[in-house]
This record gives sequence, C-alpha cells and structure tokens, in this order.
Amino acid sequence: MTTQPLSAERAFALDFAAEIERIASGVRRALSTELNRRGLVVAISGGIDSSVSAALAVRAVGAKKVHGLLLPERISSPTSTSRGRLLAEHLGIEHEVFDIAPALEALGCYARIEEVCRAVHPGYGAGWKNKIVLEGGLEGRYNHFKLVAQDPAGKIHEARLEYRQYLMIVAATNFKQRVRKTMEYFHADRLNYAVVGTPNRLEYDQGFFVKNGDGSADVKPIAHLYKSQVYAMARFMKLPDEICNATPTTDTYSLAQGQDEFYFGLPYAQMDLALWAYEHGEGAAALGAALGISEAAAMAVYADIEAKRRATRYLGGAPILMGDPPGAA
Amino acid sequence: MSAAVQVRQYILENFLFSTDTSLLGLDDSFLARGLIDSTGMLEVLLFLEESFGIKVADHEMVPDNLDSVNRIAAFIERKQG
Repeated sequence: MTTQPLSAERAFALDFAAEIERIASGVRRALSTELNRRGLVVAISGGIDSSVSAALAVRAVGAKKVHGLLLPERISSPTSTSRGRLLAEHLGIEHEVFDIAPALEALGCYARIEEVCRAVHPGYGAGWKNKIVLEGGLEGRYNHFKLVAQDPAGKIHEARLEYRQYLMIVAATNFKQRVRKTMEYFHADRLNYAVVGTPNRLEYDQGFFVKNGDGSADVKPIAHLYKSQVYAMARFMKLPDEICNATPTTDTYSLAQGQDEFYFGLPYAQMDLALWAYEHGEGAAALGAALGISEAAAMAVYADIEAKRRATRYLGGAPILMGDPPGAA
Repeated sequence: MSAAVQVRQYILENFLFSTDTSLLGLDDSFLARGLIDSTGMLEVLLFLEESFGIKVADHEMVPDNLDSVNRIAAFIERKQG
C-alpha cells in the first residue's frame, strides 16, 4: 500500500520504447528456442488489442514474417473489417479476409442462438437483434446474464437467462472464437508460423476469453499489459487514429455490445484501475475515491475480481492429470 | 423431506458427486468453499424454481439468501410463506 493517491497516471506509467523492445526480443526468443516457428499469424479484429499485438509481431520479426487474418461473420461490424484492413495495410503485412459465416451456419451456431432468443422472447425473428448483458456482481449479487433483444421497431425486451438457456447461448456463441482459432492454426501450420494470442491483462486475469478459442495461442505479447497501457502503446506506435480511438466492443452479438456490459461491469479504464488497485493492495476506500463510488461498491468490485478469477482459473490451465507421466512439465 | 435435506441432497449429488452428508455442512458457505460459482448458482435457482414452485427475483440473488443449505431453506420458507 502506498500513500500516494490512486491514479491512472501513476498506475499505468510505462517506458513504451523499452517495453516494445523487451516484448519484441521475447517473442523472437520464444519463436527460435521454444516454438521453432518462422513467423507469426495474427487474427485482426480491428480492435485495439489485436492491432497492438500485430504491430508488436511486426516489431519482433518484420512485416514479411507476419500473416494477418480478418475473420468476419454474419453480425461482424463492417467497420471491424475496414479497420482491420487499414491496420494490415499500415503495417505492410500480408493479409486475407475469410468469412466464417458459412462454417458457423453449418455448425448450427446461428440456429441455436435464435432458438434461445425465441424461447426467451416469443416473437423473436427476422429483423430482431440480440446481446447478452452481465448483471449482479457489482451490486453484491451473483453474476447472471440477461438476454436483451431489440425488435424491428426498436423496442428493447429484457429477460434473465435461465440455466439451460444461458449455457446454450454461450456454447453456440463460442463457436465463433473456436472457428476463428481453427483458421489461425490452419495458416500457422501451413506457413510453419506460431499463433499470436491477443488478450490484454484485464481479459487474461479475469478469464474473458473462450477456452480453445481466443484463449488459445502460442505467444501472448500483451497479456501483462493493462488495457489503458495497450491504448497508450497504440498511440506510441503511431497506429491509425481510427484504431487508437476505437471503443472496445465484443463484436459477437447482433446488438451493439460494450465489453463492460458483457463481462466487466465497469468501463475498461475503471476496471483497469480496479485491477491495479487490487493487485497492489489498495484499500476499497482508496479505490472508491478514485472511481467516485462508495467504499461498499468498491468492495463489491474487489469481490467480483476474485469471483471471476476463481470461476475462470481452469480456462487457462493445462488439463488436470491423474498421475505424473515422464516428460510432463 | 425438509427443504434443507432436499437442497443438501441436490448439491451433494450434482456438485460433489456424492451422497455422503458429512461432506456438506448445513451452514457451509458455498462461496468460501469454492463449490458453487455464478453458473452453478443458475443451476441451483432452476432446481429451486422447479422443485419448490418459487420464482426468484433478480434482487433476491444475493449470498444472504443463497450461500448455504440453511440460508436457501430459510429463503424457500420465506418465499412460500
């Protein structure tokens, strides 16, 4: 615990030039000594994390050894693809667009999601949009999800997802991240490259990723950086303004959805500061003062950080073995 | 069978894969023991709603009502009363 006031400026200060060089040399070392691969595949969403990860990949191995993938599906925002292209062209990397919608259709992804939407909101059909929204944790309640649907007239309908509906919509939606990862590894295998994972520290720590989906990778260059630092690094690296100013969205549900309402409960800048404060032993009163919320609300934020860590710890772990086979790490 | 017995049996069978009642005290905190996460709580809510004919409102989804067998039993009693 420090006596200085809690501030983002103090928490997220970083020597970006040195950090970029440290990450780049670490990635090169991983490729040459552990992974034995010749370059890097990065899926580019148009968001800040994949953009900075791709830029770091280029710093590490050069643009000629980075392969960018843009993997839109039915509900992807057109601006995601246009920003992805902009980034790839800015970095000068080879890239391609592959629409994963037909694969998702064949797997039943969209049909399963629509089944749940119809069960929760009778009348759901053509012209409706949906998203799921996290509630509860920051008010001291159990975390749960609501399905929010917008009818063609623009009216919003909300209802809590019950257990089986929640599991189904998450399972079906996770196809998106898993199909994308399948494509990333196809290209990595074909090129003898490694796959870059793009979670920031908030996502990595709080389990905001899909196991064997976006959570899967060979190297994760920004998993130790707070999202505020990722934005600052993007500006330091002079990435295009459209990317530096992009608002974080999941781009996973048809109705516009911020990452805060989907998972974190607070806007990323506040969540970043909360995680930093939690990791540095700051009291709830100090966090509350910094965020402009009550001490009790700040305690609920800390409890939610712990609950998400507990609930998602297995996502990043290796399979649990029942013995100790030779060669195990 | 009392609500507490039914709830304990359900949690033992589905969360601990056991029928050994010594594994779950009536006042044990599910959160403190790491037994029931938020998804698990949705499953428990479904069980409560289907088995006891109650409807749990969003504001009632708090540990005070749901974080032990005895708390759940008391909550059911209040809802049914």
